Amino acid sequence: MGIRRGHQARPVEWLAEKFIFLVSLTAIVMVFLIFLFVAREALPLFFGETNTALVQKPIPTADIDKLTPAQLQKYLELTPEQFAAMDKDTLKSLMDVKQEAQDEIPEEFRHDPDANINTTEWRYLLLPHQWNHYEKPEYIWQPVGQIQKYNIIPLLVGTLKTTLIGLLFAVPLSVGAAIYVSQMARPKMREIIKPTIELLSGIPSVVVGFFALLVMATVLQKIFGYQTRLNAFVAGIALGFAVIPVIFSIAEDALTSVPRAYTQAALALGASRWQTAWQIVLPAALPGVFAASVLGFGRAIGETMIVLMVCSASVMSWSIFDSARSITTTIAAEMAEAVSGGPHYRVLFMLGSLLFAATFVSNMIAGAVIQRFKLKLEGKR
Amino acid sequence: MSATTRRHFRAEKFDFSSFFFTGLTGLATLLILAILAVILGNILINGWQGFTWHFVSTIPKKNFFDINTTGVLPMIVGTTIRVFVMTIFVVPIGVITAIYLTEYAPNNSLITKFIRAAVNNLAGVPSIVFGLFGLGFFINFIGKHMDAMLQNPSAVWGQPALIWAALTLAVMTMPVVIVATEESLKAIPPGLREASLALGATKLETILRVVLPQALPGIMTGGILAVSRAAGEVAPILFTGVAYYMASLPHRVTDQFMDLGYHVFVLSTQSPNIEQTRPILYATVVVLLLLTFALNLVAIIIRARVRKKLRALG
Repeated sequence: MGIRRGHQARPVEWLAEKFIFLVSLTAIVMVFLIFLFVAREALPLFFGETNTALVQKPIPTADIDKLTPAQLQKYLELTPEQFAAMDKDTLKSLMDVKQEAQDEIPEEFRHDPDANINTTEWRYLLLPHQWNHYEKPEYIWQPVGQIQKYNIIPLLVGTLKTTLIGLLFAVPLSVGAAIYVSQMARPKMREIIKPTIELLSGIPSVVVGFFALLVMATVLQKIFGYQTRLNAFVAGIALGFAVIPVIFSIAEDALTSVPRAYTQAALALGASRWQTAWQIVLPAALPGVFAASVLGFGRAIGETMIVLMVCSASVMSWSIFDSARSITTTIAAEMAEAVSGGPHYRVLFMLGSLLFAATFVSNMIAGAVIQRFKLKLEGKR
Repeated sequence: MSATTRRHFRAEKFDFSSFFFTGLTGLATLLILAILAVILGNILINGWQGFTWHFVSTIPKKNFFDINTTGVLPMIVGTTIRVFVMTIFVVPIGVITAIYLTEYAPNNSLITKFIRAAVNNLAGVPSIVFGLFGLGFFINFIGKHMDAMLQNPSAVWGQPALIWAALTLAVMTMPVVIVATEESLKAIPPGLREASLALGATKLETILRVVLPQALPGIMTGGILAVSRAAGEVAPILFTGVAYYMASLPHRVTDQFMDLGYHVFVLSTQSPNIEQTRPILYATVVVLLLLTFALNLVAIIIRARVRKKLRALG
């Protein structure tokens, strides 16, 4: 009983609080919507509703009444809404169009075994397939032409290649710099260096891509003397530029947040500054440094413009001096020409969901690690 | 480190490994700074001459690869407008979320944890996925349904447009605003709130009259950081509103627009003769960098002040 706290006694206060609460749920709603709508567009692929087989057995238009609505809808490759909006004459003319399209298929494809298969089935998406005129089973991403090949393995390899090169370049550099700035440098220096390095994150990725394309590619080719001027190596290093500020900033924060008592105790026991940094501070901050690297990985795997500008040919090769096409690049480059609702469109959205899932998981891991690290430093665990 | 410890180390005998590894980490720092310097130096040296008033204020003809008649006015306008529309949406939502998290949210409740996790995740979603989301949600879902409801004969809302690009960017930059605002709200001494409450102000009054004015620099930082991040992003607007070429400036929110970052991409990958377009390209990059860096610099300075305040409190 008795006195209520001020804001509960008044309706306006109560309303404002509820309103503020509701607005703050936007972030949750958005994450949910992103997942829902990116996955929604990819859903028909998961249910096996897309069909890219070039040669299909046409159904005579006269037989329209023999088909159930569901069969007809699938045959004409319509969405339920589109199907519901059409009357019978429209459907009939669509069947005619379909028939004509089948008649117009060039003779050479009629006997091509590849023209009869649905290339969006999982085995063609993930496993190598021996295409007609090829000598051995191969992984091929080639979404144009009469027979579209949607094997996503070359894209995964391309993503992995560029991301790993980027991380191998960026992690040692930025962790080293973080150790120096947080442990070795004088406070005055630190105040200058830290914001300067963070300025690097202010360079738009399209500018980094431009720089890599026009300047870096030539210089690196001169140094290393490889064949292809634009390759995964150049893209990886450029990705590293974009990732460095992310890793540096978080790792530096983690190193700085190690309690002063640790450092002072080590120094008092006669350890040198380097020994203190390497054997005391770094192990204590290791979870934070690890989380920084994981976040850097998430940033690198999701980076679009740099890889798009530097290299884009989808070749299946593990060599870092070959070109590479990452998942993000593929989506950015091909979405414009993909027919809305078609198989290509669905596959691209499937790649998008894959990317979202990968970064979601890496974010979760990094978040959990950082949380634990903070609790540990506060002595709560 | 105090002077006594430093003197102590100087007295010790020379420690090679310490020297070596300190040098190594110092070198790493130096290398990163060098990378930054080389990128900026290269761009400024090569782009400075092309950066003229004529270049900034001209609407180019369809063939914008010609150095004499080209300009970047529509791109500057397009980028500015899309970023401005974005702030209208993102700043209120971001600030209110931050207010909830710092002022109202019960500590460690499940919903607070969920909101924080969502904000963290949003910050890590790849920008191209935001583009897909904008296409799937704003254009193909909301836009198409708006067209159907308004019974437009042709697609007005259900196609790439300025408003959809701005909204997509607003979703993307929400974490930036939330984090910056939260930081500045936390930097306000609790005594201020307590004094206000003790004088009889309600919680809402305290927030509106005492807390928010104090937090204004931080909120501005958040807004500026969001703007500078969004200004340079290309991937989210690829499918949601950017145009390769437009003869006129955008008039309505349903128009498409030209964009500085996208223009850099077009110039560097689709030019018929890269040697000839190089000066245009460099000059465009200078304009884009000036836009984002000026904003960033302001934000960093304000943020450094807020952090100092925070550290003094802690």
